[in-house]
Amino acid sequence: MKIKENNKLRDNNLFRLIVFVLIPLAVIIISGLNENNYYAGLINLFGVNIILVASLNLVNGFSGMFSMGHAAFMAIGAYASAILTLPENIKLNSMPGLPDWLISLNLPFPIALIIGGIMASIVALLIGFPVLRMKGHYLSVATIGLIVIVRAVLDNEDQLTNGARGVTGLPSIASTWIIFGSAVICMFILYRLIRSKYGRGLIAMRDDYVAAQTLGINLTVKKISAFCISAFMGGVAGGLWGHMLSVISGKFFYIDASFKIVETSIIGGMSSLSGAVVGSLVMTFIPEVLAPLENGITLFGFQIPELYGVSNIIMSAFVIFIIIFRRQGIMGYSEIITDSWFSRKTYTSLFKGSEYKNLVKTIVNKFRSIPRCIKSIGAWFSKKFGNANK
Amino acid sequence: MTDLDILNYFLSQLVNGLKLGSVYAMVAIGYSMVYGILRLINFAHGDIMTVGVYTILVLMTTFGMPLWSTVLIAIVIAVAVGLSAERVAYRPLRTAGEESTLVSSLAVSIFLQNLMVMIFSPQRKAFQLPENLTVLHQIGSIKLSTMNIITFISVFLILIVLSYVIKKTRIGMAMRACSDNMNASKLMGININVVIVAAFAIGSALAALSGLMLAGEYKTIDPLMGFIPGLKAFCAAVLGGIGRLEGAVLGGFIMGIAEMLFAGLMPTEITPYRDAFVFLLLIVVLLIRPNGILGSKDGGRS
Repeated sequence: MKIKENNKLRDNNLFRLIVFVLIPLAVIIISGLNENNYYAGLINLFGVNIILVASLNLVNGFSGMFSMGHAAFMAIGAYASAILTLPENIKLNSMPGLPDWLISLNLPFPIALIIGGIMASIVALLIGFPVLRMKGHYLSVATIGLIVIVRAVLDNEDQLTNGARGVTGLPSIASTWIIFGSAVICMFILYRLIRSKYGRGLIAMRDDYVAAQTLGINLTVKKISAFCISAFMGGVAGGLWGHMLSVISGKFFYIDASFKIVETSIIGGMSSLSGAVVGSLVMTFIPEVLAPLENGITLFGFQIPELYGVSNIIMSAFVIFIIIFRRQGIMGYSEIITDSWFSRKTYTSLFKGSEYKNLVKTIVNKFRSIPRCIKSIGAWFSKKFGNANK
Repeated sequence: MTDLDILNYFLSQLVNGLKLGSVYAMVAIGYSMVYGILRLINFAHGDIMTVGVYTILVLMTTFGMPLWSTVLIAIVIAVAVGLSAERVAYRPLRTAGEESTLVSSLAVSIFLQNLMVMIFSPQRKAFQLPENLTVLHQIGSIKLSTMNIITFISVFLILIVLSYVIKKTRIGMAMRACSDNMNASKLMGININVVIVAAFAIGSALAALSGLMLAGEYKTIDPLMGFIPGLKAFCAAVLGGIGRLEGAVLGGFIMGIAEMLFAGLMPTEITPYRDAFVFLLLIVVLLIRPNGILGSKDGGRS
């Protein structure tokens, strides 16, 4: 049998395995072993962002609703799991209003996370029945309302949440392993879900809800269930977030946090789970690169004064740029990262000689095409300048 | 407390509600102008308001200019900001989905907020209106400043003028046509860009004016002051029936009065929930009347 010729590197399974699975895995393992490093903290944040954005994509990208209230579910998950893991003396101090059995209750972290997620999805279920009947902008505004309502409850129920002061002293037990373990599990669940009958129903609903309805898809059930699943993962991510920073407060889960999640989802590509990964990558690390600008740095011999907010300015300009020039997000509809993580083909390629041969051939072809590439770029430039001179 | 005291207290809360409501109504008209045509929630509207306020503050404190001239300059600058945002961030997205423009306007909003933070520092600043506008008038048990009265009257003045513009003039007719069906009006030879630019110009000018009124009410300003009132005003516009100016005004007043009555009449344990109450009110109203109180036929519910 003749080996199928592959000209694109990204179609090669071995290449996918190395670039999308092994290298990230190595980075994660290295950061997991150096838990106290500053960059390890950033990588953990990246993992939490992946869960948040991917779960939002299920609602916004795959089922055609536009929720902006993801931070509310994050807050619920964070507080619920915090109540279950905080030591008793802290709970007595900052949450005296809790019933006695909750104060003495202490659960293992994974169970607390799951219960936090369940609480978030119960709230999503309750709010979903009325709110998901709206569509478009009305839904967005109603979900923003949800954030405001949750914030008001968190800030004013002093006895249960310690009010606006927030809760400190959460055990910081969300290690890199737990965060990325949950991220991979969440991504796997979402990936299988979208490829199942259920997920195809969601996509049908997004594309044309009348047609979907005539094909026998129960829109209400679909909408509410997708919303609840998304809220569950949002709650889990919130719990991870809280146990990563070991301090939670209503102001961390407010409108701006929610907007940031929505922006990340749009940048990466709303209708793609891989987009969630790429979007989180961009939105977690670029602000860090820009952060020195805020404190004033010396660049090429010029002393740049302190510029508060300049990284946000650059980020928002970048967001506008992406939306205008690549409306579907960086990844568009491609699922290349999740495909390479969760399909068997990627892993079996390690044991196939043909894959290696193919990879070498493709790389050689790539190098061979470099002169042609330069030539065509040169031609393009001369054409441009030729036009300009005329 | 006697019955009269209670009545007086109720009345003063009602008047407070009217004060707040007239500011909301003012912002909501601006929102409605843009939303009615483009179906775009312009989150940056609140921040254009902030730009206007800071312009007024800077011109008043550093150059000592009289208020009326600073307001004129602030309107010019706000319109310039609004139009450039339209040109840069919204026009290329006109054929895109609702979500893209929504996020684009969010990005513009964050951009403007941080620009203000960068230029004016994130600290709060005092905002003092000239004395002759803050004189209190005592009417029965109710105290009102001149500014409150001006705000209240100008809301209705602007409502009447804009209604006339939209109903009778050429550009207004074009606006209504675009709002009904953008593509059909394009085919009828209406210059869409002119119409949209006009809507943004009116909206931004109103934003600058309402910024002045909001700052007069709050007495302090900061670079992030515009966002939450802007969001609430948008809710007011949705409540009243977005796309209709009367709806925006009605929604603004309902929201202001409801907020103030809630804050004044409810037991003190639940008064901090007033923002939550406003949004809850919005959700409930939208469930009963999906298009808002004065809403048009174009539904908000699937």
